[in-house]
Amino acid sequence: MSAVDVAPATAPRARRALRWRPGERTGYAMASPAVIALAAITAYPLLWNLWTSFHDVDPLTGGTGQFVGLSNYRAVFSSQTGLLAALMHTLIYMVVSVTVEMALGLGIALLLNRPMRGRALCRTLILLPWAVPTVVSALVWQTLFDPQGGGVNYMLSMLHLPGSHTVWIGATASATWASILVADAWQSTPFVALMLLAGLQAIPRELYEAARVDGASAWQTFRGVTLPNLRPALMVTLVFRTLQAFLIFDIIYALTQGGPGTSTQTISYMTYYNFIVSDNFGVGAAISIVMVIVCLLIAGVYRVLLRPST
Amino acid sequence: MTAAGIAGRAQTAGWRPARVAARLRRSWPSWLLILVTLLFTAPFLWVFTHSLESSAEWAQNKTVLWPHAPTLANYRAVLFKDGFLTNVANSVIVAAATTAATLVFGSLAGYALARLPMRGKSAILGFILLAGFFPLTAMIGPLFKVMSRLGLLDTLTAVSISDLIYTLPLATWLLASLFAQLPEEIEEAAMVDGCTRLGALRRVVAPLAAPALATAAVLSFILAWSDFTFSLSFLQDESHFTAPLAMLQLGQTKFYTYYNLTDATVVITALPIVVLVLVMQRRIVSGLTGGAVK
Repeated sequence: MSAVDVAPATAPRARRALRWRPGERTGYAMASPAVIALAAITAYPLLWNLWTSFHDVDPLTGGTGQFVGLSNYRAVFSSQTGLLAALMHTLIYMVVSVTVEMALGLGIALLLNRPMRGRALCRTLILLPWAVPTVVSALVWQTLFDPQGGGVNYMLSMLHLPGSHTVWIGATASATWASILVADAWQSTPFVALMLLAGLQAIPRELYEAARVDGASAWQTFRGVTLPNLRPALMVTLVFRTLQAFLIFDIIYALTQGGPGTSTQTISYMTYYNFIVSDNFGVGAAISIVMVIVCLLIAGVYRVLLRPST
Repeated sequence: MTAAGIAGRAQTAGWRPARVAARLRRSWPSWLLILVTLLFTAPFLWVFTHSLESSAEWAQNKTVLWPHAPTLANYRAVLFKDGFLTNVANSVIVAAATTAATLVFGSLAGYALARLPMRGKSAILGFILLAGFFPLTAMIGPLFKVMSRLGLLDTLTAVSISDLIYTLPLATWLLASLFAQLPEEIEEAAMVDGCTRLGALRRVVAPLAAPALATAAVLSFILAWSDFTFSLSFLQDESHFTAPLAMLQLGQTKFYTYYNLTDATVVITALPIVVLVLVMQRRIVSGLTGGAVK
């Protein structure tokens, strides 16, 4: 900016093109605190990770700062470090949890979109789990999944359902993943429902009236009017949820710490572990770069898949 | 007449249950919604109930839906004996500091992006929004290094600064769309009357922007209050922990299987957020959905 200010004007025309418009300098000054703050906590870490991922900074091996090529990335994609397994867990969990939460969220949004007394209260109460900290959600479900005094097994035995003696968290991988899914869905589905409800409410009434005049069935109305018009809201929510599910961390740390064994380690958990627990900054940086790339890929895939067909 | 009356009554008695059944069948979405609401609320009620249970009663390990002798002893114990009050205060400091910084930075940037003629405006807005999607755990390594070089490791400042990643993109977007809606003539009049642009922003625009600022403030507070990743990565001394981190730490060590004590910390940590949502739900909903669906 200041370079433009002091640049010698070679021709009057060029000078006019580079001159500040009234208020423009004020604009940059006003925007700069936000931009600088966000650049300091995102752009700088991105560049730092990029540099570190190609260099040897591991204090265990000397940390000479030498260029080591792809060796940190090889650790990410090697089967011995458990990182590839963590990446796979995360991707499978992402697909399963997003599918479950989108389906439940759409159902709840459709229910909330019907006129009914006490609807606002229902919406507020359903929103509560979204608003509380993730660790609250994790500890609530840890209490509920407790094999002896927990509410889940209590309900199962009350209803004479099988599985009322299950040890949910920490015994088997499948039951532990199921617990994570329940706790995560409890917290994330309200967000999906809320976003889709806003989308539903933005659909013009006349479209439904036209469908009724044409004698369309409820299902035909849903397919022909609701879904196509909900597309933008579905797209935004899907991108939000998929990225959040891919980056799942808090609930894993609070509920399982990656266990039993390494079976619920996710990619974010491994990044945290390498950065903070084992001080392995080179590998942590390489995982970070892989995470950023996968996030960009997810956003790109959705852009192509959900491009308006018209 | 009596015969006719009896016949009539029999008739109504005959078709009334059918009508009730039909009404029930038609109103199944309402019942389903009530059931769903109960399912989402029940975990809170369960935790609240058990937070009122004495440790003796908990140790008997009988599942009860309401304790025989409800007591606030757990709350007294965790707040005053286990130092959780300090942790709650830390969370308040972090969330308040992040919210204040978010409102200042967000309204300045939002105003500039909505009103002032700037080249590269869409690139700036794009960067601000994109930053909100940056993977959190990818930030903690480099930020850990920076914070330790700045001597900010194990301080609430480090957490507050990092928490801007949750709040600033959303708040800037909300405030930029607000300023784009306010009529420009108001501040032009103020500037004609001798205000500078910043003066006009502070004296004339800010009061009109109050509702949107409140929305941004509530959402920022909720998001910063929820932070766990940065607290876990940067804080080391237990007296510096924020509530979510301390709650987990206490639950996994000191309280171990005494979920009645853990439940008390859970209720304390959730309470400010629950109150905010109940009081400000309309703002929260419009802020969240307006920021994303439009």
